[in-house]
Amino acid sequence: MKRRKFDAAALPAKTAGAVDDRFQVSTPLRKLLNKVFPDHWSFLLGEIALFSFIVLLLTGVFLTFFFEPAMTEVTYDGSYAPLRGTPMSAAYASSLDISFDVRGGLIMRQMHHWAALLFMAAIVVHMLRVFFTGAFRKPRETNWIIGSLLFWVGFLAGFTGYSLPDDGLSGTGLRIASGIILSIPVIGSWVSSSIFGGEFPGTIIISRFFIAHVLLIPGLLVALISVHLGLVFKQKHTQWPGPGRTNENVVGERMFPRYALKQGGFFMVVFGVIALFGGLFQINPIWYFGPYEAWVVSAASQPDWYVMFLDGSTRLMPAWEISIPIGDGYVIPPLFWPTVVLPGILVGLSTMYPFLEARRLKDYKHHNLLQRPRDVPARTAVGAMAVAFYIVLTLSGANDVIADKFHISLNAMTWAGRIGLLVLPPLAYYFTYRICLGLQQHDREVLAHGVETGIIKRLPDGRFVEVHQPLTAVDGHDGHGPALDYVGWVVPKKMNRLGALGPAIRGFFYPIEKPAEAPVSPGHPPVEPRAEREEIGSGESRR
Amino acid sequence: MSTHTEHQAPQGREPLDVNDPRVSRFDIVQEGARRDDIEIVHYEPQVVPGSRAERRMTRTVASFFLLTGLAATAFLIIYIWWPWEWKAGRGGDKLYTPLLGLTLGVALLGIGFGILTWGKKLLPKEVSIQDRHDQPGSPEERKITGQTMLYMADEMGVRRRPLLGISLLAGLAPVGAVAAAPLIGGLIKNPHDNNQMFTTGFAPADGGKTKIRLIREDGRPIRPADVSVGGQLTVFPGVDGGVSNKYADSPTLLIHLREDDAQKSRAANATKGHGDYMWGNFVAFSKICTHAGCPASLYEQQTNRLLCPCHQSQFLITDNAKPIFGPANRPLPQLPIEVDEEGFFVAKSDYTETIGPDFWERP
Repeated sequence: MKRRKFDAAALPAKTAGAVDDRFQVSTPLRKLLNKVFPDHWSFLLGEIALFSFIVLLLTGVFLTFFFEPAMTEVTYDGSYAPLRGTPMSAAYASSLDISFDVRGGLIMRQMHHWAALLFMAAIVVHMLRVFFTGAFRKPRETNWIIGSLLFWVGFLAGFTGYSLPDDGLSGTGLRIASGIILSIPVIGSWVSSSIFGGEFPGTIIISRFFIAHVLLIPGLLVALISVHLGLVFKQKHTQWPGPGRTNENVVGERMFPRYALKQGGFFMVVFGVIALFGGLFQINPIWYFGPYEAWVVSAASQPDWYVMFLDGSTRLMPAWEISIPIGDGYVIPPLFWPTVVLPGILVGLSTMYPFLEARRLKDYKHHNLLQRPRDVPARTAVGAMAVAFYIVLTLSGANDVIADKFHISLNAMTWAGRIGLLVLPPLAYYFTYRICLGLQQHDREVLAHGVETGIIKRLPDGRFVEVHQPLTAVDGHDGHGPALDYVGWVVPKKMNRLGALGPAIRGFFYPIEKPAEAPVSPGHPPVEPRAEREEIGSGESRR
Repeated sequence: MSTHTEHQAPQGREPLDVNDPRVSRFDIVQEGARRDDIEIVHYEPQVVPGSRAERRMTRTVASFFLLTGLAATAFLIIYIWWPWEWKAGRGGDKLYTPLLGLTLGVALLGIGFGILTWGKKLLPKEVSIQDRHDQPGSPEERKITGQTMLYMADEMGVRRRPLLGISLLAGLAPVGAVAAAPLIGGLIKNPHDNNQMFTTGFAPADGGKTKIRLIREDGRPIRPADVSVGGQLTVFPGVDGGVSNKYADSPTLLIHLREDDAQKSRAANATKGHGDYMWGNFVAFSKICTHAGCPASLYEQQTNRLLCPCHQSQFLITDNAKPIFGPANRPLPQLPIEVDEEGFFVAKSDYTETIGPDFWERP
């Protein structure tokens, strides 16, 4: 029998055919390749969180190869001379080894920490984007709830993570955590002794936090993130209003290749930035803090930034103790309110918000178009209120450092925080509301009268007026066209946004060639301009 | 700019024969998109093939990728040959991690910007429109699914045979409890074992006969002459492991007050019935903050205030360590002290109040 010639060129097609024979993937795959994604810079904030999470998994796995989650007392004899001979826990000693005796261990540790900070920051900023643009409305309430939970699960991941090295700072954090658990009425002391395996600190907490930090919490995060992304995929992304964009369609790019390329490139950029931070900027230098000893602490003991708001609320809380004079007497300590009740309220409010808003507005329709923050002043103002509340708390979490650096009395800082917490949010609400209305009004003015040109004209009677460039065709009698409707999208407010001052010749140092002309290849059909999809926002196209 | 005109919109078009040899690959792509309810309404190449602009962009992308190669190679060279082991002083080893970060960061950013430039500048720009299809299923579909599920219940016959349901529940509930029992049962610990929440290392040993000495961090006992006037010292119970975290509730601050402050403090002690807690001008207060358990360790000699650096509670030492500012609600407990026959400080008894953060059943 003659041997068949091997045809390399036919191999991909043949393999693809074989795969499709078995799994019938050609149609679903095409649907996936073709799926349209709307594009806007603000849609990439959640991606930063996702990419940081991937970096966290990669660097975290590396760290587990060298970390020893045990509180067994050892004497340090690694290469960091200042601590040699110090008794410490195995966890702290192995964290020092990662920093000094594992080649490249320090950059991995620092990248892990920076990625965690970025993860939480991206979650918060992404959440603000979703909130202020109304992307959480029906049908996306579930994803909003999952997102809110992701913040708190990430918070737990961060807390269990920075407790692991068992250094002076993290031990202090653990002690505060045990105090917080103790403050829960009725069951507090039982919960605390069950978690710590007896009295604080016990000898088991690091091992328990370790398994929570490397298995349970990441597992939960992976599950929540998968559902989060799955829902984005299934429900399709929201989009900004614009020409041709309706509540029933998605206008954007097909996922492959351009959109996917941009995502992949962006991942690499996030990864690169984390690597730069991990190498160039020191974070959590545990060797300066020493091992945890219950009697040692220093000023400026601050947690990671996303915990600082709870630290701040704890500092601002007045010493209000509730005593219950039954039997030997019972107490609800002041620590309970800012650290257990407040987060509880925050979780409840944030997860319920989509339903509260829908109920108040009696709005139960599907919404796939985003809203500009200015168009929903009440929601934007509520959001600004929440942000003001959060910022006051976060700054109060560092009020001792601020007091020290700016030579302010510490007590004055605490009082400023207490008053600020009550006064600033309502002010933020009021001012944000007014700013939104002002921006709305200006949009309507431009639509009615046109863009300010900066050209001052003197009229025959001596008055000076500024010439406005109308956005529509002028209909003669007063230099104005018909007033345009606002369509929920950016109104051009400067002449260069109308193209008047755009660069005439492209190129940075020297002009590059004239713009490409279509069609450029036989594959691309000749296409002609279609007027109604050209202009954004003004409702009627310019000529 | 080029877009489709209306008559070319795929909706109005005949389905394409993809086997026709005359159709281009792009036609087939468009046909696929049409089948997925996608209309490619705008497709504009950004560069003319073979043009200077294209060559320029290609060079840019290529140089990004080559930069990555350089930086990654530099990373490897540094990783292998740069001195990395920690040495005292300002040696080159301090640059190891920054150099790794710099080279790795540049390498990754190189790939990132290379890919981004490729995607954003060299690929055609497009605008596609896809139908969302996010309307709820038709009432009929919903009804069929609902009835199917109800029929499943009919088939199971739970309604006709209620015993099955009840017995299943009665069987499953304990199984659920069985699943939870080892977890809860294994973890749960009585916080009041050995009365641990109310005792510290200073509790006298041997049934109250042996008083516990106050010791320093290095284990040596303390004579009154060791602490100068206005000075303070962190002391620990002189028991096995007394300095370690095993006795995390026991660190105590021993303060040698000035004469007038000591008088104030003595008077304050007396009002609280703690008249004999001081020894001479010495007082001893728990160092564990009654707020959240941090060590309240910043002692301001001039004002006799003790500040907890975690949440800024302030305690006035001369007034029974009463909280005078911040979130703490309870004074720091005072340790009754005296000097034994050998001249070393001992605790007369354990603390008479509960140490550390408050909890529900604290009397």
